[in-house]
Amino acid sequence: MEVLVYLVPMALALGLLGLAGFLWSLNSGQYDDLDGAAWRAILDDDQETAIDDS
Amino acid sequence: MSDLRDLSHFLRWDGGTARFELAVEGIHCAGCMAKIERGLAAVPEVSRARVNLTDKRVAVEWAGGAPDPARVVDRLSELGFKAYPFEPARAEADEAQAAAALLRRLGVAAFAAMNIMLLSVSVWSGNVTDITPEQRDFFHWLSALIALPAAAYAGQPFFRSAIRALRAKSLNMDVPITLGVLLALAMSVFETLGHAEHAYFDSAIMLLAFLLAGRYLDQNMRRRTRALAGNLAALRAETAVKFVGNGEIREVPIASIGPRDLVLVRPGERIAVDGVIIEGRSDVDQSLITGETAHVAVGKGAAVYAGTVNVTGTLRVEVRAAAAGTLLDDIKRLLDRATAARSRYVRLADRAARLYAPMVHVTALATLLGWLAAGAGFHDAIVTAIAVLIITCPCALGLAVPAVQVVAAGALFRAGVLLNAGDAVERLAEVDTVLFDKTGTLTLPEPELVDAAEVAPSLLALAGRLALSSRHPLAAAIAAAAGAKAPLADAVEVPGQGVCAMVDDVAVKLGRPSFCGATAEAEAAEQRDGEASLIAFAHGTERHVFAVRQRLRPDAAAVVGRLKRVGLAVEIVSGDRAEAVAPVAARLGIAAFHAAMTPAEKIARIAALKAHGRRVLMVGDGLNDAPSLAAAHVSLSPVTAVHLSQATADAVFLSERLAPVAAALAIAAKARRVMRAYLWLAAGYIFVAVPLAFLGFASPLVAALAMSGSSLLVTANALRARPSTREAS
Repeated sequence: MEVLVYLVPMALALGLLGLAGFLWSLNSGQYDDLDGAAWRAILDDDQETAIDDS
Repeated sequence: MSDLRDLSHFLRWDGGTARFELAVEGIHCAGCMAKIERGLAAVPEVSRARVNLTDKRVAVEWAGGAPDPARVVDRLSELGFKAYPFEPARAEADEAQAAAALLRRLGVAAFAAMNIMLLSVSVWSGNVTDITPEQRDFFHWLSALIALPAAAYAGQPFFRSAIRALRAKSLNMDVPITLGVLLALAMSVFETLGHAEHAYFDSAIMLLAFLLAGRYLDQNMRRRTRALAGNLAALRAETAVKFVGNGEIREVPIASIGPRDLVLVRPGERIAVDGVIIEGRSDVDQSLITGETAHVAVGKGAAVYAGTVNVTGTLRVEVRAAAAGTLLDDIKRLLDRATAARSRYVRLADRAARLYAPMVHVTALATLLGWLAAGAGFHDAIVTAIAVLIITCPCALGLAVPAVQVVAAGALFRAGVLLNAGDAVERLAEVDTVLFDKTGTLTLPEPELVDAAEVAPSLLALAGRLALSSRHPLAAAIAAAAGAKAPLADAVEVPGQGVCAMVDDVAVKLGRPSFCGATAEAEAAEQRDGEASLIAFAHGTERHVFAVRQRLRPDAAAVVGRLKRVGLAVEIVSGDRAEAVAPVAARLGIAAFHAAMTPAEKIARIAALKAHGRRVLMVGDGLNDAPSLAAAHVSLSPVTAVHLSQATADAVFLSERLAPVAAALAIAAKARRVMRAYLWLAAGYIFVAVPLAFLGFASPLVAALAMSGSSLLVTANALRARPSTREAS
C-alpha cells in the first residue's frame, strides 16, 4: 500500500489542476457567450474576403 | 445627421481605453458575427470589436485616439444591422456577477464531490473486503481536508440565506439544508476522530453541488432574460434635442439631460422629459399617461410630461426638477407604496419549508429519543438522528423548484414573455381575475387607418407619399396603410395645418379638413364614427377624409374569450372616456368595465378585488398603469409600454398580439402543477427514507444513492413543465 504515498497526492493534484483550469476559463470570460462560442469554432479565419463579399 | 448626435454619454473609460456597447438587431449566426467583427475592425482607430451572440450585443474598444461612436453606429447600418447604444444597467451587472459567483462555487463543490467520492468508494469497497482501520482513517481525513474548506466556500449562499431567514424569525428551504450540511460535516469529523466505519463527507458536498447546479441554472436564465430586456430598453431608449450654447442643437440621450436644460420638441416626437413650455403651442397626445385618446391643447407655461407625444407644433421646453405634486411624482409615490405591499409574497418552496423543516427536525429528535428509550448508547442514538437529518435534507426539493422555474421561463421566453421577477411564475399561476388597461394594451399602441378599403388605391398611394413628409402620428398611420416608401419632392409642412406639394401642376394637400377644404366631408365622417381622428386629403378637386383610430390587437377578442373559458374574471380599467371604452368592452364581450379612472382609482379597484380574496393580474402599459401594475398580485406589460411601467411589471410581452398573456397564464399554471407534484414526491420520499434512517440503515452509501436518485428523478420531472405542442400553439 506504499503506492498510496504518491498516488493520493497525484490524484489530488490532477483534480486541483482541473479546478484551476475551470476557474481560469471562467475568469477569462469563456462562459459569457456560449451561443457565440459554438459558432466561432466553425469560423474560418483565413477566408475574410469570401465572407465580406457575401 | 451624424454630426448632431452626441453619443459620448455611452462611452466607458478605463485608463486610455474607451469602451462602447451596442444592442444589435438581427444577429443570428456565425456569418453575422464575422461580418460585424471584420466590418468594425476596418473602422480606423477601433482596436477591438467583439460580438456576443447570446446577448445580441457588440462591444467596441478604442485604445487611444479619439473614439467616434456615431461612426460605429453608421458602419453597422451600412453592414445592414440596426444598432442601439447601450448603457449597462446596474441590476444586470449584479445578475451577471451573481451567476459567475454561483458557477465558481459550483465548480469548487463539484471538484470536491468527485474527489471525495473517489475516496468514499474506496472505503465502501474496503469495508466489505480488506481495508485496514489506519487506511480508512487516512482516507476519511483526506476527505475532511477537501470537504471542510470546499463546504465553507461553496455553501455560503445557503448559510447566508438561512441566517437571514432565522434573523427574520422565519424558515426557508435553506434552513434544513444548512443544518443538514453542518451536522453531517461535524458528525463526520467526530466519527473520524473515533476511528468509525462511516463518514458523511461525500453526502454533504454532493448535496451542495446538486443544489448549486439548480441555483446556477435559475440565475443564468434570469441573467439571460434580463440581458434581452436590457436590449429592448436600449432599442427604445429615447433621445432629446438639447440646446447647447448659442442656439445650436444636439441630439443627446435622455440620461445626460438635467433640470434647467432647454430641449426642442418637434411635431410627431415623443416628449422625453417633464418640463414647462417656454415657447410654442401645440396639441399633446397624453394617452400613455392618462389613457385619454383625445388630444390636449397646450401653450406657453403649460406643463408637459415624459411619455406624451407632441402632435402639431414645435415646442421649446425647459426641463424641470421633479417637484412635489406633479403627476409623475404622484404616480411614483403610489408606486413605492404598492411595491412594498407586494414584496411580502412567500414563495411556494418557502411555504413548503415552513411545514417541512419542523417535521424533519421533530422526526430527528424522535429518533434520538426513541433510540435512547430502546436502550441504545448516546453515541449510536445521536449518529442515527443525524443520519435522519442528512437523508431528509431537501436536495430534490431544492433542485426541483429552480428546475421547474428554468423550464417554465424558457417556455415563456419562446412564447414572447420576458420575466422580470423571479417569483412571477408562481404568482401568475394563482391568478383568478384579469384587469386590462385599454389604450395600448387591448388596442395597438399606434393608430391605424380604418377605411383604407373605401379609398381608390391610387389616391391612397399619393396620400401615403405625401404623408411621409409629415411627422404627425395620423400622417404616419396613412403612410403605413399605403405602404409608401418614396416621399413627394418639394413637400412643404404648414405648422399646425398639414403638408402640401405639387404633383404634375396639381396641388395635393394632407392635413386638417379646413386646410384641405373638406369640412363638409369631415362632418359626414364624424357622423359615422365619433371617436376616430380625421385627416383630410385633397388632390386637385378630389377630396377624401380618412378616419384614423386605435385598433384592437388582432387576437384580443379570441384571447379574452379563452381567458373567460378557463374561468377567469375579466375587467377593463381605463383612464379613457366612457364613450371610448364602452364599444371596446362590447366588442370583446367584457361586461365589467370602468372608464375615466385615475391611477389611484385603479389601485382602489384592485384593493377592492383583493378584499374579496381575488388574485389580480393587471395588464397595462401607460404611466397611469404603473402603480396598479405594482399593486396587483402580478402584472404584465407590452413591450411598447413606457419605461416605468415596464420596470414595474413582473413580465413583459413582445408580441403585437395579446396571445402571450393567455400563454403566460397557461404555462404558469402547468409549472405550478409540476411544482406541487414535487412536493408530494418529496413527501413520498420522506415516507420511504425516514423509516430506513430511523432503523439505522442510512449508511453513507444509501444516502448517496438516495440523493443522486432523487435528483435524477427531479430533473426528469421538471421537463414535464414544458408546454406540449398543443398548448404552445
